Amino acid sequence: MPAFVIRRLLQSVLVLGVMSLLVFAGVYAIGNPVDILIDPQAGQADIARAISALGLDRPLVEQYLIFLRQALAGDLGNSFVYNVPAIQLILERMPATLELALAATTLAVLLGIPLGLWAGLAPDSWQGKLIMSGSILGFSLPTFWVGLLLIMLFAVELGWLPASGRGPTTEFLGVQVSFLSWDGMRHLILPAINLALFKLSLIIRLTRAGTREALLQDYVKFARAKGLSNARVVGVHVLKNIMIPVVTVIGLEFGSVIAFAIVTESIFGWPGMGKLIIDSINVLDRPVIVAYLLVIVFLVILINLAVDIVYSLLDPRVRIGEAQA
Amino acid sequence: MTEPTLRVENLHTHFFTRQGVVKAVEDVSFSVAPGKILGLVGESGSGKSVTGYSIMGLVDPPGRRVAGRILLGGDDLCAMTSEQMRSVRGRRIAMIFQDPMMTLNPVLRIDTQMIEAIRAHTSVSRVVARERARDALAQVGISAPEERLLAYPHQFSGGMRQRVAIAIALLNKPELIIADEPTTALDVTIQAQILFEMQTLARDSGTALIWITHDLSVIAGLADEICVMYAGRIVEQGTVDAVLDAPLHPYTHGLIDSVPSRGRRGEPLRQIPGMAPSLLDPAQGCAFRERCSRADSACIDQPALSIPIAGRQLRCFHPMPSAAIA
Repeated sequence: MPAFVIRRLLQSVLVLGVMSLLVFAGVYAIGNPVDILIDPQAGQADIARAISALGLDRPLVEQYLIFLRQALAGDLGNSFVYNVPAIQLILERMPATLELALAATTLAVLLGIPLGLWAGLAPDSWQGKLIMSGSILGFSLPTFWVGLLLIMLFAVELGWLPASGRGPTTEFLGVQVSFLSWDGMRHLILPAINLALFKLSLIIRLTRAGTREALLQDYVKFARAKGLSNARVVGVHVLKNIMIPVVTVIGLEFGSVIAFAIVTESIFGWPGMGKLIIDSINVLDRPVIVAYLLVIVFLVILINLAVDIVYSLLDPRVRIGEAQA
Repeated sequence: MTEPTLRVENLHTHFFTRQGVVKAVEDVSFSVAPGKILGLVGESGSGKSVTGYSIMGLVDPPGRRVAGRILLGGDDLCAMTSEQMRSVRGRRIAMIFQDPMMTLNPVLRIDTQMIEAIRAHTSVSRVVARERARDALAQVGISAPEERLLAYPHQFSGGMRQRVAIAIALLNKPELIIADEPTTALDVTIQAQILFEMQTLARDSGTALIWITHDLSVIAGLADEICVMYAGRIVEQGTVDAVLDAPLHPYTHGLIDSVPSRGRRGEPLRQIPGMAPSLLDPAQGCAFRERCSRADSACIDQPALSIPIAGRQLRCFHPMPSAAIA
């Protein structure tokens, strides 16, 4: 197992290297940040000075090598806009995004698995059909539109919940979080629901399909033939089997929740990484864009690693140590 | 004569599908005495497995038992609530399935799957249940049962898994075991061992056994009595020796004739012409009529069960000529 983890982390370094090169070249191709950053009234000399201060007058290869050398020393460069280390900007915003992503995923799992089980156990009941039609809506309605509707209904019409912002934060294990105070919680609810909707539908459908399939398996019939109660057959025999695909998807989706929180964060004014990256792309703040993507890639790699480990715990046929032998 | 362990009377099990009603089991009656083995023989789709599931109360929707009685030691299983039926399953009747690769839950350890089977019926501690599970594994010839309890199903071979399934069936010392082609997926040497063990077990413990199979050679050495099923009905019934030596129903005759034998080397293998009929829209009269060389206009009517010889039952207007009848 340790050998497996180390090998995976080494692979991730390679991925990060390739990723940084692609992003670096990509942002360079889009345009010159100085055109956006600098005052249009500035003179030619000022512009030249700014360009050379940012190191943008050197050839791209040289710029990349400089970046690489500094990156290996742990410095991903300063933001062109804020003139503070890019990584610091991102790490400041990360807790907000992670909290939102965790809240959304928890919501999706806690609701999705029971609803999916219900729909799978009683596919012909009206409740089962209702759950499935609901999940189609959750799948197909665009996130930004649902977000706007939620704001219209709960913030504007009913006035129950705030429309934007993160609210007051409390320190929890050295990180600023919202969910511990009532007001912070109120700020968290709408964006979390908005972000959870797609995952919720996905988990419902996955759980339902897994349940329907598992119920036809001989081992379920055999479990019933042993005289087990329905609760035990469903809660242990069926659930443990369908958790294997569900965990895989939850893990993969958690990565994409973090990455795609951008839309939800923009709509609800949630001060997370997604909002930061949108702003940075607008002004071509290359160090922040590169650092953001590297952080996201690294998170996704970590999550996938965790999924692989959990997977091997859930499915005895998959044992990481043996697979490498 | 001892009271039978199980008596099935006029059992009907139908599947209500969108295309119509499939009469998978029609007017089936038989009984098994303690310590005896009843062979239920037929082709795929003849209703033999559904008969087994009907006794267990495990017919999947849209199927259900529509008529008949199933008496287990005097209790009518058809009249039981689902909770009463749950407590009968695994305690008084156990079932062993065809494919040992599929019957054990792949993600649960053997001990979990055995202990839960005990604790579903008796309130004993996990420690006691575990000891009983270990003894049951030893009983079916699994060496080092203590360590094997900690294994997962994929760490066992097919034959070993079927032994585990049998051990699970034995855990609560049932009055009746229904075995649904349990040796079909195993190779012949393992099959022979398991048959021998099951036979010994039935004799020694007085457990009645229903052995569902399509394999006449298995039945020949194993069962005491045999019921031949065709298209949901029992067409012939009797002791194994009597039925296999002198089949009366043309279908039974055809089945026996289809078993390849060394005495006929070089000849083409024999078979029954045609296919088993669809149960969705069965033709009127005897279901075997269209494949039968002896059929005539009388077969347009459904033949009733008759008793041509003591101890035999038959559903045919034109039984095979047999010395025993004349």
